[in-house]
Amino acid sequence: MALLEVKGISKNFGSLLANNDVSFDVKEGSIVGLIGPNGAGKTTLFNCITGIYKASKGNVKFLGNDITNLPPYRVARLGAVRTFQIVHTLKEMSVFNNIIIGAYLRESNSEKAAKIAEDCLDICFLKEVRNKRAGDLTIGLKKRLELARALATAPKLLMLDECMAGLTSTEVKESVELIKNLKIKGITFLIVEHIMEAIMPIADKIVVLDSGIKIAEDKPEIIIRDKRVIEAYFGQKFSKRLQQKGGAKTNG
Amino acid sequence: MTMFLQVTIDGLLTGMIYALVASGLSLIWGVMDVLNFAHGEFLMVGMYVSYWLGFLMDIDPLISWIASGAFCFIIGILTYKLIIHHCLSGPPLSALLATFGLAMVLKNVALNRFSPNFRILTHTILGGKRIILGDLVLALPQLVAGIFALIIVFIIYFIIKRTRLGWAIQATAMDKESAELMGIKTEWIFALVFGLGGICVGIAGGLLPSYLAVHPEVGGLFSLIAFVAVAMGGFGSIPGALVAALCIGLAESLGGFYIAPVFKYVIVFGLYLVVVMFRPKGLFGW
Amino acid sequence: MKNKQIKKLDIYWFIFIIILFAIPLIPQVAGNTFIQHILVLVLLYASMSQAWNIIGGYCGQVSFGHSVFFGIGAYGAGMAVVKFGIAPWPGVLIGALAAMVVAVLISYPCFKLKGHYFAIATFAIVEIFNRLFMVWYWVEGALGLDYPLVEEGWKNFMWYETKIPYYYGALILFVIIFGLVRFIEINRFGFYLQAVREDQETAESTGINSTLVKLMAMGLSAFLAALCGAFFVQYSLRVDPPMVMCLSISMTFVLVTILGGTGTFLGPLLGAMILIPLQEYTRVLWGGLGSGIDLIVFGILIVLIMVRQPKGIMGMINEITKYLKTRKSNLDSESPEKV
Repeated sequence: MALLEVKGISKNFGSLLANNDVSFDVKEGSIVGLIGPNGAGKTTLFNCITGIYKASKGNVKFLGNDITNLPPYRVARLGAVRTFQIVHTLKEMSVFNNIIIGAYLRESNSEKAAKIAEDCLDICFLKEVRNKRAGDLTIGLKKRLELARALATAPKLLMLDECMAGLTSTEVKESVELIKNLKIKGITFLIVEHIMEAIMPIADKIVVLDSGIKIAEDKPEIIIRDKRVIEAYFGQKFSKRLQQKGGAKTNG
Repeated sequence: MTMFLQVTIDGLLTGMIYALVASGLSLIWGVMDVLNFAHGEFLMVGMYVSYWLGFLMDIDPLISWIASGAFCFIIGILTYKLIIHHCLSGPPLSALLATFGLAMVLKNVALNRFSPNFRILTHTILGGKRIILGDLVLALPQLVAGIFALIIVFIIYFIIKRTRLGWAIQATAMDKESAELMGIKTEWIFALVFGLGGICVGIAGGLLPSYLAVHPEVGGLFSLIAFVAVAMGGFGSIPGALVAALCIGLAESLGGFYIAPVFKYVIVFGLYLVVVMFRPKGLFGW
Repeated sequence: MKNKQIKKLDIYWFIFIIILFAIPLIPQVAGNTFIQHILVLVLLYASMSQAWNIIGGYCGQVSFGHSVFFGIGAYGAGMAVVKFGIAPWPGVLIGALAAMVVAVLISYPCFKLKGHYFAIATFAIVEIFNRLFMVWYWVEGALGLDYPLVEEGWKNFMWYETKIPYYYGALILFVIIFGLVRFIEINRFGFYLQAVREDQETAESTGINSTLVKLMAMGLSAFLAALCGAFFVQYSLRVDPPMVMCLSISMTFVLVTILGGTGTFLGPLLGAMILIPLQEYTRVLWGGLGSGIDLIVFGILIVLIMVRQPKGIMGMINEITKYLKTRKSNLDSESPEKV
């Protein structure tokens, strides 16, 4: 039984079929990348999984529980937490207070929650901006804050939606290191990304969406050679570049 | 049966006046997301202008509505420039509360200067005249006022939908920044829209004193009914405001006659709650 | 760092409460019923507004319907005394519970509404309740309830010769409500309230059941508002629908809090401390029957505040402290030793 089982999810908005019979699994302790061109339905899929949208068809199982029609807060409580493509912080509150709100999910005692928040603050390298107003942070720090807040909820599955967008290459490298460290701690990841240099080296498996349909699901080194994916997304030149860079994990 | 028809027509005529008042408010809300709490007091100002012109200079409401409309246009623009403009950069409700303060000021200035007495114009051209169709009695002032109000609503709607100015207004309403990038002077548009809101309410106020008494508190209920009409009709929709206002006029009239006068407004406000339960953005809102 | 901040503020607060207790002992106050009246009203309005602050300020759901709960509380106590001839206390409890139930039942569907739609729904509710109470026979409708003469003392919460026990009663109400809100503010519920206010979608994604949070806040807020209403009727000796279930009382809750600063602990107190003496003094100076000048001044004040400083007094204080802090750090960085 995989940690997350997506079975035949379809979502339509009127006549627009944003997700069309999408199915895949996420094994515990792995990192799964979800890629595809813009408009492929990646964020819609996230929204269906986390309960923001009601899927038109299909179901989602998390830890064996059917979470298909649960409201977002219930999904988060079960341990599947997501971040947003357009970063959502609680703007008027301090960085620390943003994180402690995540911590309060598992710990109602203020002192214990504060301790958890301190730890997450350290892990995500946010100690320096502890008391700053969240709305005043740069986008890189805001994304780390969102991650820290999600982390404070002690998640089993972290679903990151384009968390590298808008970051400098140094920041991207730092985020990748962070994700690798968190994986060692036992957190499973489902990551939507456009920056291939970030996701390909760390992913155990890549799922590719195009126009709402899953067109491929395999190890990264196979995906970068897959004809359908090249046609739909990478293009020949970029695919060659990825293959040359050895842009896929060398270990299985 | 004729009683029913009579009550219905009375309700529709009242509703048409509500529609004009509500259209002004809907415009303001739709373009700058501000609920003008002083809208009813603007109406009161329009009514007083028309009343004093009639009382002191014998000018009939059929003419003085122009003055009322113009006066309230200016008040609308001033309100925007001096108050609303500064509130827009603050928390969402500051404009609403600022207009609440303005309403309080206008109401009490009227109270102070004109006393709380109810005043009505007694020697108007239409006053007291009626049209009789079979068993139906149609009071001429209400009839003319209602139809005129409806015409103005259609004119406003036409301006919004078919003229370049109207498109500029719509663009500003949908996305202020993009509109500015297109070269639309959004500040100017905001002030104009507030002024237009004033005109609507001023014209309505201009026609009323021939059959409705003016007094400092007259605006309060009109404000609330306008809010309910606009919200029920839906954010930014003038047709919605029209339909809702007519429904409110009918509900008020039919409810007052067939159930009890006391419950008139229970029914009106209850109607609002029922509508938004099923359509949280109003009937035609976007 | 947060824990240290808590302790300092609470010590100041403790001292402040003690001062408040001692105020009536000052000779100028002890003899002057007008000042006592103002003090009672300040504490009452501060308490009322703090009750509103829970749902309207911290949780960001601006309701203009709190006069309904205030009124239910007033009628609860009033009915006990006038209709049933007993001490008000059972009525106070029943009124508060009734207000809480009404609040939860009504607001549950209303929370579907966003922005102005929600605000207008709350207007609608006040108007509906106002009309209903006007015709409800059991509560004497438009006539209202007039208090008969009863034995003075804490059992009946009634004094005729002096206002000082009312002052202490108001002070106890004040301490209870402010204490409760402070407790909420520094613990999980307070954080959840603010998260829901800031961004409901984000709050939900961190596991917060925003609907439950809003309902709990509304229920608590209504309960406390009803307690204030009960105090009000005991102080005013009569109640009728226009006195308590009207839009202007609702707006007062909101305005006092906004003046002081919504979502802040001291906001309601600061707002009441400024607005109530202003209101009472202008009424005495210029009020007169029908002159309305006091309300003109009041209205202008509201406009000025919303235009210049919508974050209220606490907003001003925060800006000043920020300005002083940056000035201090600028001066520090300019000091010669750093070169």
